[in-house]
Amino acid sequence: MEQHRSHIYGVMAEFDTPEQLIHAVEKTRAAGYRRMDAYTPFPVEGLAHAMGLKRNMVPFITLLGGLFGGLGGFGFQWWANVVSYPENIGGRPLNSWPAFIPVTFELTILGASLCAVFGMLALNRLPQPHHPVFNLKRFVHATSDRFYVCIEARDPKFHIVETARFLQGLHPHHVSEVTDD
Amino acid sequence: MSASQPPIDSPEIRRLTPVLGPGHTFGSVTDKISSIVLTRPTSFGWYIGFALSFGFTALMTIAIGWLFTKGVGIWGINIPIGWGFAIVNFVWWIGIGHAGTLISAILFLLNQKWRTSINRFAEAMTLFAVACAGIFPLIHTGRPWMAYYMFPYPSTMGLWPQFRSPLIWDVFAVSTYGTVSLLFWFVGLIPDLATLRDHATTKSKQLIYGMLAMGWRGSVRHWHRYQSAYLLLAGLATPLVLSVHSVISFDFAVGIVPGWHTTIFPPYFVAGAIYSGFAMVLSIAIPLRKAYGLEDFITMRHLDNMAKVMLATGLIVAYGYFFEFFLSLYSGNKFDVFLVQQRLHGPYSHFYYALILCNIVLPQSLWSYRLRHNVVFLFLMSLVVNTGMWLERFVIVVISLTRDFTPSAWGRYQPTFWDWATFTGTIGFFVMLLFLFVRVLPAISIAEMRELVAETSEEEK
Repeated sequence: MEQHRSHIYGVMAEFDTPEQLIHAVEKTRAAGYRRMDAYTPFPVEGLAHAMGLKRNMVPFITLLGGLFGGLGGFGFQWWANVVSYPENIGGRPLNSWPAFIPVTFELTILGASLCAVFGMLALNRLPQPHHPVFNLKRFVHATSDRFYVCIEARDPKFHIVETARFLQGLHPHHVSEVTDD
Repeated sequence: MSASQPPIDSPEIRRLTPVLGPGHTFGSVTDKISSIVLTRPTSFGWYIGFALSFGFTALMTIAIGWLFTKGVGIWGINIPIGWGFAIVNFVWWIGIGHAGTLISAILFLLNQKWRTSINRFAEAMTLFAVACAGIFPLIHTGRPWMAYYMFPYPSTMGLWPQFRSPLIWDVFAVSTYGTVSLLFWFVGLIPDLATLRDHATTKSKQLIYGMLAMGWRGSVRHWHRYQSAYLLLAGLATPLVLSVHSVISFDFAVGIVPGWHTTIFPPYFVAGAIYSGFAMVLSIAIPLRKAYGLEDFITMRHLDNMAKVMLATGLIVAYGYFFEFFLSLYSGNKFDVFLVQQRLHGPYSHFYYALILCNIVLPQSLWSYRLRHNVVFLFLMSLVVNTGMWLERFVIVVISLTRDFTPSAWGRYQPTFWDWATFTGTIGFFVMLLFLFVRVLPAISIAEMRELVAETSEEEK
């Protein structure tokens, strides 16, 4: 590590209400910024749309988990009863599939739920012990009562002074630099 | 907003009774709920309650320890009543858990706003009830150290569990239910754990809540996926909760024992589960809101709605009793007819009459608006319903097993001290876990309350 002076991660603006934040995000995107993120204490309706977020992968991963659980569960019961340990009980069919349905159903739900939760966490890159936004002292309000938008330094349009001035023009509560370390 | 207090009893007012007290902001709900965990000193009452419930937990531990030493002979079970208290309590506890999932999943899908302030502790209640329930079949196996036999694992004997048996369905249903309930609860907790991390007053609290929050920062991309996952979990938990008690009812319905072998069991068990679960949510909500001054969050509207759900599911249960009774007589099957006679006039008939009183007769008082709004009465009624549902399981298990097909196979059942010690011990364990829960985690979902603040402030505009 040769660099000693801190790097800039981005510029953060703080707002009082979710409406102001949505408005600010729309303005920011209209101004051509793309590398940005918004931080809110609860899911704000319409914000994902304003950020231009499309559908996410969680439902697909959940579907895969459910299919795996269901097919795997049924397949295993079939294999155990027909292939691995077939038992002839009064000539009854070995593949008595209706009796396998409850376990198949439960394993479908189990597989889908596990994939929904762990898929969501993995896509969100959580657990993540540290992130530059936590360097900002005021950011504790992001889990309480304030709404933030951060334009990141990797954005090609980013310029520390220009971007800060632009955010200032959206009438936020505060504009602060976020450092990288 | 709060200027004119309307008269109590008019239909419009009832409809408009808020799900959130007036004048709350994002900051105020955050501070109020997180302060219970972070800054408010632990009250003397908490220590008393905790000590008492801990005492009963100790009793449970002793009872189970003695059981492991001596075997199931210390219980009142015998031949023909092999099930006894263990199964009665198991079914009762699992049923109680169902209301938590119903509130968190089904009411979420139905977009019922009033669920917001009660779902967190109702889910906690589910988890703790499932934990208590899980103990019983395990210790009832006689050799609980062999419990892993119930799971399919590649053994040297080359054997697999009997997948055609309802008892194995039970293993899968209950373990899936426990896992999914835990996931649902934990996902709901993540944003609140982040709030606690950011409001923590000491370094150690910050560290512990911080690790549990996993670095949640409320990014809109995270919320986007989070909401998908939460909605999917709700959608998955809904059929799951209906399946769990159905599978448990198969334990009975698949057996050809008089009084058990009926097709009405699955729906009637599910309704009974929700009935007892809502009763338990009320038994917890009423002292909780009083002790921590949460009347603004758990309003009369919540208590009123829960009482109505209790009344409705109670009527479904009553319908189940009626048809169980009617079909036994109508079928003309002499064993079924005899069982009905035994319920009405047999040695355990007082349990049956107590059950009808607790589950059908007394809850009809909930039709009264005035009684539904009497908090003390509601609390007592919730205890009555819980007792009634326990009696229902006792009647199902014991009367059918003591009066089998041939008189030579009849018997009597008498629970022993150790039966009662284990049962009251699990109640103590359940209450102790609840005491710990309200002390270390937010009993109401803070993030969802903020959402509710945003929605209600939008409506006012």
